[in-house]
Amino acid sequence: MNGGFGDSLHAAFGLLAAADPRLVDVLLLSLAVSGAACAIAAAFGMAAGAWLAIARFPGQRALTALLNTMLALPPVVVGLAVYLLLSRSGPLGSLGLLFTPQAMVVAQTVLVLPIVAALTRQLVADAWRGNGEQLRSMGAGVLASAALLLLHERLALVTVLLTAFGRAIGEVGAVMIVGGNIEGVTRVMTTTIALETSKGDLPLALGLGLVLLGVVFALNAAIALLQRRHGRHAEERPR
Amino acid sequence: MSAMSATTALIALGQASVHFGPHAALQRIDFELRAGERVALVGANGSGKTTLLRALHGQVPLVGTRTVTNDAQGRALAQAMVFQRPFLLRLSVWRNLMLALWLGGVPRSQRATRARESLTRVGLLDQAGRPARVLSGGQQQRLALARAWAVRPQVLFLDEPTASLDPSAKREVETLIAEFGREGMALVMSTHNLGQAKRLATRVVYLEGGRLIVDLPTAEFFTQALPEAAALFVKGEMSWKE
Amino acid sequence: MRWTGRLWTGLLWLALAGPALAQERFIVMASTTSTEQSGLFAHLLPAFKAASGIDVRVVALGTGQALDAARRGDADLVFVHDTAAERKFVAEGFATERRAVMYNDFVVVGPKADPAAVKGHDIAAALAKLAGQGAPFVSRGDKSGTHAAELRFWQLAGIDAAAAAPKGYRACGCGMGPALNIASSAGAYALTDRGTWLNFKNRGDLVILVEGDSRLFNPYGVMVVNPARHPHVKAVPAQTFADWIVSPAGQSVIAGYKIGGQPLFFPNATR
Repeated sequence: MNGGFGDSLHAAFGLLAAADPRLVDVLLLSLAVSGAACAIAAAFGMAAGAWLAIARFPGQRALTALLNTMLALPPVVVGLAVYLLLSRSGPLGSLGLLFTPQAMVVAQTVLVLPIVAALTRQLVADAWRGNGEQLRSMGAGVLASAALLLLHERLALVTVLLTAFGRAIGEVGAVMIVGGNIEGVTRVMTTTIALETSKGDLPLALGLGLVLLGVVFALNAAIALLQRRHGRHAEERPR
Repeated sequence: MSAMSATTALIALGQASVHFGPHAALQRIDFELRAGERVALVGANGSGKTTLLRALHGQVPLVGTRTVTNDAQGRALAQAMVFQRPFLLRLSVWRNLMLALWLGGVPRSQRATRARESLTRVGLLDQAGRPARVLSGGQQQRLALARAWAVRPQVLFLDEPTASLDPSAKREVETLIAEFGREGMALVMSTHNLGQAKRLATRVVYLEGGRLIVDLPTAEFFTQALPEAAALFVKGEMSWKE
Repeated sequence: MRWTGRLWTGLLWLALAGPALAQERFIVMASTTSTEQSGLFAHLLPAFKAASGIDVRVVALGTGQALDAARRGDADLVFVHDTAAERKFVAEGFATERRAVMYNDFVVVGPKADPAAVKGHDIAAALAKLAGQGAPFVSRGDKSGTHAAELRFWQLAGIDAAAAAPKGYRACGCGMGPALNIASSAGAYALTDRGTWLNFKNRGDLVILVEGDSRLFNPYGVMVVNPARHPHVKAVPAQTFADWIVSPAGQSVIAGYKIGGQPLFFPNATR
């Protein structure tokens, strides 16, 4: 086993040093697909989550429970469902999206939207519980309160987005099925890792995994640096 | 016992009751707030002070009647509330104030001016660019007062506004509240501090178990013979009920 | 800051790429994982692109899934190796004809020590011995062309592996690579195509034990999806590929694909 990990590290550094243009393309596609999915999920999911936390209507608890259940959606199931939607024999077949990066974005958006919405809902609900009355007293309705609490919790929301991004860029089931792992077109890091594993090239597969983790780590480090630079509002008086 | 006056009530509650589940927080309260009055609500914890404030402010559903009078121009009565611990957004002092002006319906053209006036009024103009949550407890409460003052309320509700503050901050905040009162704002303030009630209020209301037991002008409240429980409370021997 | 710019450009590209990519000439070909993993496409498709300017996008699935994808109209043509299933596909009207392209062969791999003593050139005898001794055998069990062939070989030995699996038979429901991974770590026997085996890097103790039986040859066919069933199919460029791969030019490219000096596939298109 030791040899295996040693080989993987060696493979990982070799890959990074060589900066094979195909590997770079695969990496960029991973980042673009998952990034786009998270951007769309953020736009809709944060609004939906904040609204669900604040609005009062019959069936709210049932809807919340349903949303939390979708946190457990298996990526393969999402992939199958989206495949059947986008297949030429399916309802949206005429869009011709199957086996394209766009289909992968759709599938990953479906996968991470519940994550963003459910986690946002929890954040906003906690903030609302303590402070909703003061917001209402100042004249804020549901929409204004949702927007203000999202603004108030923006640092925590970054973590929510990073969670969603991690889930998206690390999944293989959905993008494999709707993308088809076509070389040069819909091949991403995770599907490449799956391919190399099934070919028996385990050190290379693990090496690619390390490269993927390295890239995501670099992204997180960059975000942390940005947060520090804009961290004027990070200091708070303990209550 | 209740106070009497000839002027019209700004807000009036008639036989108002508020229930949270099986618990009766307010029971058949009759209460009128008139212009220029400064009312102190006193009583033990759980007596219904905060609920009465919220009921007057229109923030809780109640059984009974709540009547609010429009102002001279026919607009809805302008109200604001200050809480024991103000909720400040993770933004600058200035932005917090601008948001309050936005929520309060103040036209965009007037907001910057009003924000500057309000911050000057409470002595926080030099803090305008700092994150609001970095301010001291007393400064945060002054910001809350600025937020309220900025929307020119005719009625200001205060829920134990100085309970969390150190003595010097307490004095600063009390001074501001007193000034607002002298400018003509009607005040309804709950407090544990009877000295504060004496200093700031024109009228003192004593609550117990959700019922309004005593309602007298300040001078009379502290000199007249009161019902036994109220008298005990004033003497400071009332046990705290949670 | 430049990175954000790059990311935004990437996202924009993604958004616009849909219509843009549509203008590139490409066809979608459903094929099998074992064919892709043999490395043939990396060798073959650039030659076709140079000759025709058409990009071939290969979606690699199991044979059954590849044919199903074509039935749904999600591929323009199919390139698999299960003649019976392909003939059925044509009979159902999803293609107008099947053209023979090439064949490769299957081999049985197993532990070097060969405890069941199956080494030789007779597949039926070898499988009979494996069943008789209850030796561990890993099957793909995934409805693929390889799996279908494997079941036929067991039938040659008089065994119905699907209905009454021999002792030691394990079906993994997985592709060729994973099945070999399992066989390698468990010291079991397995049936694999030569192409996947030559590319497989995790051999452990496994070696080729049975090969050369003519019944082990594995023929490939190409079928263009019938535009009468799916009007949107890019029938013309797909037909260009089908014509090219059976032409002398395409056939010689196939013959030229070698691993370690050994050809993997043997062109056999009929005129």
